[in-house]
Amino acid sequence: MDFLRPASWEEALAAKAEHPTAVPISGGTDVMVEINFDHRRPEYLLDLNRIELLREWEVGEENVRLGASVPYTQIMENLRAELPGLALASHTVASPQIRNRGGVGGNLGTASPAGDAHPALLAAGAEVEVESVRGSRFIPIDEFYTGVKRNALQPDELIKTVHIKKADGPQQYSKVGTRNAMVIAVCAFGLALHPETRTVRTGIGSAAPTPIRAKEAEAFLNAALEEGGFWDNGKIITPAIAKQFADLCSAAANPIDDVRGTAKYRRHAVGIMARRQLGWTWEQYRGTGRTLEGAA
Amino acid sequence: MRVNFTVNGRPQEADDVWEGESLLYVLRERLGLPGSKNACEQGECGSCTVRLDGVPVCSCLVAAGQVEGREVVTVEGLAEYAKEREAHGGCASGACGTSVDQAKKWEAKPQDSQTGEGVELSPIQQAFIDAGAVQCGFCTPGLLVAADEMLERNPSPTDADIREALSGNLCRCTGYEKILDAVRLAAARQERQGEAV
Repeated sequence: MDFLRPASWEEALAAKAEHPTAVPISGGTDVMVEINFDHRRPEYLLDLNRIELLREWEVGEENVRLGASVPYTQIMENLRAELPGLALASHTVASPQIRNRGGVGGNLGTASPAGDAHPALLAAGAEVEVESVRGSRFIPIDEFYTGVKRNALQPDELIKTVHIKKADGPQQYSKVGTRNAMVIAVCAFGLALHPETRTVRTGIGSAAPTPIRAKEAEAFLNAALEEGGFWDNGKIITPAIAKQFADLCSAAANPIDDVRGTAKYRRHAVGIMARRQLGWTWEQYRGTGRTLEGAA
Repeated sequence: MRVNFTVNGRPQEADDVWEGESLLYVLRERLGLPGSKNACEQGECGSCTVRLDGVPVCSCLVAAGQVEGREVVTVEGLAEYAKEREAHGGCASGACGTSVDQAKKWEAKPQDSQTGEGVELSPIQQAFIDAGAVQCGFCTPGLLVAADEMLERNPSPTDADIREALSGNLCRCTGYEKILDAVRLAAARQERQGEAV
């Protein structure tokens, strides 16, 4: 095994071009587990810890440009207003020790359907900026996940920045597990209201081969909210609409039975989370001040 | 490969390090610092918690090559670290400056800051003993490092703060109540000392 330690982003891209099999390591919270357990013996480890720009973030007009290695702790502490969904999701990641090391770039690189950041990214709307010596490109988050632990990266590309839409309305995130820390999601759900465009977006984690949006549920709710004039009159969403939305979210899930839970339970829980989060976010949108329910 | 880094204030050089090796392995097997415990090797248990440039991390998940040029504090150096922090008004690294008077009073340490032998215990260590928070002791080093960091950052923690700060550290004797007692005790003593100054 070789340990490559580029001092700059350009050096990192050159190293990845020369050694496409090199495994990037930043927080190490996924990669080191595989190495410790002898599940993986990469020919090259490509350490990204010395590259400052990956640990930086910038709040722009419409987006937050989040460096791939910004630790979850920093997201929780500094980006709660701009990225409320992702901040909530970050707080559910493992433990303080892990949140001090791990970042969204690693979640995307590993592309596990159970990655905690995915539902929040899907709900908020995001693009992943990846780069190689050939140039850079932006991959919409909806096209990023291509299969179980597979993503749209080419072998010579590295994840540089995640461009996430700043919240223009309330966002929520929840995750089902046996305790509040050190839990791989049984399933997870994220919801973002986008009052500017009068749309809602969702994200489902750990309940399909990849993280997914419940697009039919979104389309239904968008139409129902529009039809009922809810965005303007701020009325309580009727139970029938909430139930239909929840059922469609459940139906979007395509889970499996495994050690953490059954497919049936996951599908059920996704619906429950969807209904509750719709209630919480809508209350917040209406300005009734009941914003803390469900906050991690 | 060779890795140069600072452990408990002293420059260290580890040779013949395998590229996939963890910081934990280097500490325990190459530098003779077995205080950080090896249990789950997957970041679940927190027994191997150390501070990397001041931040608590699981040393089993840090690749040895990643610590090149960086500073690590292990449980062996915790007492010394806490002492330095007290002397520098909450700044253990010394980066916030040393007064001339303080500098004049400096003398070489009689104890070994590397292994922790002969060093007076840190307040959090003393609190663990006084509160009976040590059973088999295997989880204790990780808990000490995590708890000490929380009290540095948050001198008046709520119970929820303590639980969250220690949520990445498992105790299989399940002596959690006494561990919480110990952290509360250390916080109370720290507060009283602050008032006295």
